Amino acid sequence: MRAVHFCSSCGKVQPPVPVDYFTFFGFPRKLNLDVAELEKEFYALSRRLHPDVFAQANAEERSWSLEQSSMLNDAYRTLKDPIKRTEYLLRLEGVELEEQSKQATEKARATGELKKQVVPPDLLEEVFELNMHLEELRGQKKMGEDDPALLEEIGKAKLSLEEKYDALLTELKTEWKEWDKSVDGGTANATEEGRRKILAKMLDVLNRRNYVRNLVRDVNEAME
Amino acid sequence: MSSDYIVGIDLGTTNSLVAYMQGDSPVVIPGEDGLNLVPSVVALDENNQIVVGNAARKYLIETPERAVYSVKRLMGRGVDDIQDELKLFPFRLAEDLQAGEVLRIKIGERTYTPPEISALVLRQLKRNAERFFGAPVTQAVITVPAYFNDAQRQATKDAGRIAGLNVLRLVNEPTAASLAYGLDKKKHGIVVVYDLGGGTFDISILKLHDGIFEVIATNGDTHLGGDDIDNLLIAIALDDIRGDLGLEFGNEVRRSGEAVARIRQAVIEAKIALSSQPSAKLDVDLPGGKKYQREISLEVFEQMIQPIIDRTVGPCKQALKDAGLKPEQIDEVVLVGGSTRIPKVRRLVQDLFQRVPHTDLNPDEVVALGAAVQANILGGGSEITKEMLLLDVTPLSLGIEVAGGVTDKIILRNSTIPASATQYYTTQIDGQTNVAIHVLQGERELVRDCRSLARFDLKGVPPMPAGLPRIEVKFLIDANGILRVSAREQRSGKEAEIDVQPTYGLTDEQVENMLLESFDYAEEDFRQRQVIEARREADTILTALAKGKKNPAWPELTSEERRHVETLEKALVAVKDGDDYHAIRGGIDALNQATMRLAELMMDTAVSSALKGKTMDGTDFEEGPQAGHPVAKAEFK
Repeated sequence: MRAVHFCSSCGKVQPPVPVDYFTFFGFPRKLNLDVAELEKEFYALSRRLHPDVFAQANAEERSWSLEQSSMLNDAYRTLKDPIKRTEYLLRLEGVELEEQSKQATEKARATGELKKQVVPPDLLEEVFELNMHLEELRGQKKMGEDDPALLEEIGKAKLSLEEKYDALLTELKTEWKEWDKSVDGGTANATEEGRRKILAKMLDVLNRRNYVRNLVRDVNEAME
Repeated sequence: MSSDYIVGIDLGTTNSLVAYMQGDSPVVIPGEDGLNLVPSVVALDENNQIVVGNAARKYLIETPERAVYSVKRLMGRGVDDIQDELKLFPFRLAEDLQAGEVLRIKIGERTYTPPEISALVLRQLKRNAERFFGAPVTQAVITVPAYFNDAQRQATKDAGRIAGLNVLRLVNEPTAASLAYGLDKKKHGIVVVYDLGGGTFDISILKLHDGIFEVIATNGDTHLGGDDIDNLLIAIALDDIRGDLGLEFGNEVRRSGEAVARIRQAVIEAKIALSSQPSAKLDVDLPGGKKYQREISLEVFEQMIQPIIDRTVGPCKQALKDAGLKPEQIDEVVLVGGSTRIPKVRRLVQDLFQRVPHTDLNPDEVVALGAAVQANILGGGSEITKEMLLLDVTPLSLGIEVAGGVTDKIILRNSTIPASATQYYTTQIDGQTNVAIHVLQGERELVRDCRSLARFDLKGVPPMPAGLPRIEVKFLIDANGILRVSAREQRSGKEAEIDVQPTYGLTDEQVENMLLESFDYAEEDFRQRQVIEARREADTILTALAKGKKNPAWPELTSEERRHVETLEKALVAVKDGDDYHAIRGGIDALNQATMRLAELMMDTAVSSALKGKTMDGTDFEEGPQAGHPVAKAEFK
């Protein structure tokens, strides 16, 4: 079901209605999305909604076109990117992206406390070892020392993390399939509870992926 | 569809142009002097009249403190920002300027804000267009550097309004250039526009397909251009002079506005010559009859400007990175801006993007031509433009200040515009009715490293216990790249009133006042012009009369007639140096009337002398307007 952007009889632009991005494009709330189709829709809608088309129209139509096209651009930007799409869906379904939440970050900054970062269990050992190495590296740098063996060790760890990063995306996409199936109905997951579980899994993958990304960033900084 | 002509205007640092779509192609509208380029120079002449463009250029050298150039560098900026500019450009600030206030520049004894000075250039272009069409022009598309921030864009819009133009759209210069380039709809692919003008540098990467011009990434430097090359050469020349002719004399030259202006003109000519010659000569007259002469080889020139040109590399690489593209994936590179005529710049572009840049389009005019295409699209489009659509981006991330002096980015750079973001706020104190928001632009993390855009004060929040109000604030960057903010308290549904304090800009009220003031100046300027012209006319008639009195025809008047003429002559002399236009006018007309018979007699004498074989030389009618009789009313253009 698609949002009504234009009057069906006279074709004039309509006042913007607050709809979610999927509805805006007339796509189902599924995570596997034909990006080429999305792009085609984006260009078609842009041609008709862009403020340039309404430069000579009355003030009301100009205002509607401005709002509609900003929604169009925001929606396209969000749905085009796999991670943004996933995060958006989670938000739509009322799931809060916890540790990464802005509130937590702000609170941490305000109080100067360290943000609570839960280490993904499967990375515990790796992270512990890596952090030790990084400490050592920082210490050495202060002394002006250079240890190629240590650097090699850290380099290997970084590579492993980058592989994990890619693997997590694959894992995410597996969850996508599950979600899409549950939307279609007719599977064990097509219940409220079932869907909650899938969402929770996706959230978990995203958090772990963010954690890994931050870690890689720390490594890069330390190695500079 | 509007029947008014919508024009496209390139308001450049060095030169400005106005263009419109003539049938299938855009054309530049020339000025009265027949030239397409209007130098962005404003001056006050000897009679305190505003002069704009080519006519103003001579004042840069003759009376540099009564002329101003490159004012685009000051648009949307504050006193603190322009300290570097002040060292390199002869801008004179108003003495009573406070920090945080809009800049005011002195031209002679008058002060103007940068938007007002730009408005004077725009007004000149407006007049050129109106003269060309024989009809009023009130709507325009004006171009801005893609990397201009919100304040700089708003200042440009303000300038348009002050000049009496409804600015339908601000278009980014590289995007406009791509429109002129891609007017032929068959063009498609990835196009890079490298725009190096007098004062700004932009790099934009666009995807062209099916008539859609989509910007993917943009970057640049709003203080990098040909001016910087000129200033470097001037600095080297001044060093030379100090070395050759002594420290004291060198400093004297440096302090002389006129001497520096001469050096500047010379280095610009040399710079241009070096685009096609292996060497150029500087030959400048200095005070005290001294001279500065130097020969610059192309090799030395290229060495000198290397660091300046290298500054364009960083933004180019960042734009490619943001676009997720490698140089091999670029299909075409288009050069824009006068500075891209420099061979070294072309080689740098060729190296960076690994292809020969497209140089068919006139780099000085292409932006104005593109603006004309956009003007056509906004006017409803025509056959050739009806499939065209521009999708541009915002060049800088938009952020909000949060606790700890940090910015929280809510709209990222290179987001397609219009773009929006919604934030939720609440109150800290019971009954609090205001919420303050500080908005910034930039890519850095800390507030102090970003550019303050404005402070918004949300008023009229219904008093509630602290933490209860849920204020939804919507940030919208419109198609001009300018920010709008609206806010609503969700529980009560009440729209909050927003008080905007632009950090470096004019309030709506200030712009309104300037609009009226510029009309007042126009009126005053017009009256002054009338007086000056009347004075000239009076001088002409008085001079002719003085000669007439020596003519043999004079004694042929009756003594009464002669007394009458002399009384009126004295009366005119008495009023002509005053400011009363009507008195001068009256005096001229009266004297004209009274000397009719003298004129006739002088004509008869002349004719009879001619018939006797004498030439007309004896009568000496004086150069200038040809009159029917020697003291007749002159024709002034």
